[in-house]
Amino acid sequence: MRFAVVAFGGSNCDYDTTHVLSDVIGVDCDRVWYKDGLKRSYDAVILPGGFSYGDYLRAGAIAARTPIMNQVKDHAEKGGLVLGICNGAQICAESGLIPGVFTINAYPKFICKPALLRVETTESPFTNQFRPHEVIHIPIAHMEGRYVPPEKKDDIQVAFRFCDKDGNLAPEANPNGSHENITGVLGGAAQNVLAMMPHPERASEEILGSTDGRRIFESMIHNIQDRSD
Amino acid sequence: MQYTADITISLRRGMLDPEANAIGHALQNLGFNVDSVVTAQQFTLTFEAASPDEAREQAEKMCLRLLANPVIHQYTIGVRE
Repeated sequence: MRFAVVAFGGSNCDYDTTHVLSDVIGVDCDRVWYKDGLKRSYDAVILPGGFSYGDYLRAGAIAARTPIMNQVKDHAEKGGLVLGICNGAQICAESGLIPGVFTINAYPKFICKPALLRVETTESPFTNQFRPHEVIHIPIAHMEGRYVPPEKKDDIQVAFRFCDKDGNLAPEANPNGSHENITGVLGGAAQNVLAMMPHPERASEEILGSTDGRRIFESMIHNIQDRSD
Repeated sequence: MQYTADITISLRRGMLDPEANAIGHALQNLGFNVDSVVTAQQFTLTFEAASPDEAREQAEKMCLRLLANPVIHQYTIGVRE
């Protein structure tokens, strides 16, 4: 089993994510510079957080059009797992890997704080280690994280929504004004793509206050192991 | 022949424009009686094309491929020599 974390110019969570996978969880994980392309086969590709290309034009817009993203899209089309975190989620949206966009917050400032999420499905490759409607702690750090769906909203598959401590989808619990509190969107034929604004790699060790994020990576590992059985 | 395309990209009607709202509040705080603000991005591109129609077609492709995101944006294109 092997993971790739793709670093673009301006990515800044690539080492954190690689650290969690390699050192905390202990899976084989390569940090791949985008210009080098994906040269080995991978079970999962992670697009980490950061500010690729300085968020010029729109967050994720330019990274989404780099050649390595054609490889990432091929990987997703073949059923491979793709996880986009924060800027990676914006890149997934700009690449068409999930429907909709993540755009500037309703109150247009950078928000960096803990967040509560409600798990909306436990069937996906990214959420099989959670309980249905479990409320989890994973922090956010973004200015362009407000989810806007496409006009045709029927086929949006939601993994996570912002909620309060009781799991209610109150407007006050929606820090960036996302449509229906959505902050994790699934894509791909087998829900094998997840784009999420919160940072699971920042909630994967006890010392950081939450290990809920780690269960997203563990869900992916569980899904990959299931495939090889 | 060298053509210039003036491309204006703005949010589609009904889309929330948080920056425009913040700018509107700031103008009101300065004493200007502003009812609404709309923001847009303007791109001025020069490139070779065989005809104005081809230049427009190229500009349209640039909008679709990169400059605009159709989920939230609309755009207008003006072509000049």
